[in-house]
Amino acid sequence: MLDINIAAGDIVQVEGPNGAGKTSLLRILSGLSQPYDGTVYFQNESITQHRETFHQNLLYLGHLPGVKDEMTAQENLEFNLALHGLNSATAEATLAEVNLLGFEDALAAHLSAGQHRRISLARLWQSQAKIWILDEPFTAIDKLGVEKLEQLFLQHADNGGCVILTTHQDLSLPAERVKKLTLAYRFY
Amino acid sequence: MMWKWLHPYANPEISYHFAGKILPWCARLAFVFLAIGITWALLFAPADYQQGDTFRIFYLHVPAAMLSMGIYLGMAIAALSSLVWQLRLADATAAAMAPIGATFTFIALITGAAWGKPMWGTWWIWDARLTSELILLFLYLGVIALHNAFEDKNLAGKAAGILALVGVINLPIIKYSVEWWNTLHQGATVSKLGQPSMTADMFWPFLVCFIGFAFLVTALVCLRFRSEILNRNSMRPWVRELVATEEKAHAV
Amino acid sequence: MTQVSYRAAFGLIVKRDLMIAFRHRDDIINPLLFFVIVVTLFPLGVGPESTTLSRIAPGIIWVAALLATLLSLDRLFKYDYADGSLEQMLLSPQPIFILVLAKIVAHWLLTGLPLILIAPLLAVLLHLNEHSYGALMLTLLLGTPVLSLLGAIGVALTVGIKKGGVLLSLLVLPLYIPVLIFATSAIDTAAMNLPYNGQLAIIAAIFFASLTLAPFAVSAALKVSTN
Repeated sequence: MLDINIAAGDIVQVEGPNGAGKTSLLRILSGLSQPYDGTVYFQNESITQHRETFHQNLLYLGHLPGVKDEMTAQENLEFNLALHGLNSATAEATLAEVNLLGFEDALAAHLSAGQHRRISLARLWQSQAKIWILDEPFTAIDKLGVEKLEQLFLQHADNGGCVILTTHQDLSLPAERVKKLTLAYRFY
Repeated sequence: MMWKWLHPYANPEISYHFAGKILPWCARLAFVFLAIGITWALLFAPADYQQGDTFRIFYLHVPAAMLSMGIYLGMAIAALSSLVWQLRLADATAAAMAPIGATFTFIALITGAAWGKPMWGTWWIWDARLTSELILLFLYLGVIALHNAFEDKNLAGKAAGILALVGVINLPIIKYSVEWWNTLHQGATVSKLGQPSMTADMFWPFLVCFIGFAFLVTALVCLRFRSEILNRNSMRPWVRELVATEEKAHAV
Repeated sequence: MTQVSYRAAFGLIVKRDLMIAFRHRDDIINPLLFFVIVVTLFPLGVGPESTTLSRIAPGIIWVAALLATLLSLDRLFKYDYADGSLEQMLLSPQPIFILVLAKIVAHWLLTGLPLILIAPLLAVLLHLNEHSYGALMLTLLLGTPVLSLLGAIGVALTVGIKKGGVLLSLLVLPLYIPVLIFATSAIDTAAMNLPYNGQLAIIAAIFFASLTLAPFAVSAALKVSTN
């Protein structure tokens, strides 16, 4: 049973042992999964009733990167940006932010899992969504990349957004900026 | 709101016990009606002047066919309530009804075939009703198979419900198209399962049989409904207590 | 952030799906080859007499079209589901109805349209009555979109299930029966030089009904499958 409020400027790290339901919680918060009971509200409106507003303000990155093998890195990013109403012309420059400069025209089929994840993370630099829900965003990202992302999260929170994430790694963000939500098993 | 009296029944535990209460009554009524109806139909009702005693299978075939379609409609209504009013219990109802509906469809097919053999000498005939029943059987099997394919029973119920709704919309279209197809390809022999107009002599045993089967369906649905609820709520404390008391009762 | 218009979102998805399919051409060619091969099997199975063949030609072509469409439906949502693009589409601000319709249109362009184009050739192989060609093309034109629309419902329900492909035929083929019946009847009627507007009208009605209703069922089913 969970009753939480997440405000603008919060960075929430969801913790817990494997299988405790971290991914399920994130999927419920983003509206992909239905909770057994209860409702998720965004700005006091149920997300199921006000789907469009909620989705305009949401960026969810799950375990699967959402990258098509048959398209190049740049085409993938352009599509993702365009679908969310962002300027797809910035795709090439954004790929530079995630260290994929030089790989823009490579078919995603030839890229590694880490590079796929970076293509999907690239959206974060252009996103105007207030809520970022990220499931293990640092998977297959190197230390420098992780630091860059953490700075991006801080910036996003400072601008009034919020970040909800799970990660097995320790965040090197100042402790007072990060709220922790710990999940545990419960047998009825 | 007039549906307020239904609210407590949205609770699985209350519905479970309610179904348990009406189950024995439905079963007894089914037994009584069927006992009367079947003996009446097989022994006392008049034989048809054209088809003789083989006509008596009509008393089994037609109720089975009508119920097979009624159950599908019931399943679709349950699915609709689940989708529109988020009644999770309705998922369990739909899942409970599907195998019973499929069985009745199968009975309708078998009795239809058995009826056909003495009349036309073949075990199967592609007439409108039998063909529609066959397609209905596939629709049922699809719902059952889809439900079984999902591990999470809540999702299974929702998916099967969507399929049932799609099926119920298509069912009249399919029936109409099959009837139309049948008129196109009617051969020299009369291929409609000859259903003579019903006299009062035939109507009453038919009605008694039909009511008996309807009670039987209700009893079976209650039985399966209870088992579906237990299945979906196996982690809840009330189920565990139930199991514990049962075990104690049997251990004694 | 600009508001993405429905038309823009629709166009985006159609273009993307077409681009992916052209880079993965197997998916387009295999169902088409299947269509041709299945049709070729019938003369081998029932004998090459032209009277027999032309009698059953409409049925063969249409059943083969159904089966070929079934084969091609798999790729409608499977790859998107596997790599997470489906989730992302469900989370976009556009109504899922539009996105789903776009994918189905792209599917028809890649499956239905080639079937329609190659059907006359197969009709020649089966000695289809000369008066029936018009009916054949019209029924395929109106009917193949229905196959894509109704098939999409089945795929959406089974995309999350392992080995869902086997279940798909059971779910979808009963729904195809009305189109099959009316289409073959139209072609037969045309062979007798009689008007077949009635049958066409019914197929058209089924088309419009599925065009407006199927995407809703598909969206609901996708939400269940990605839960």
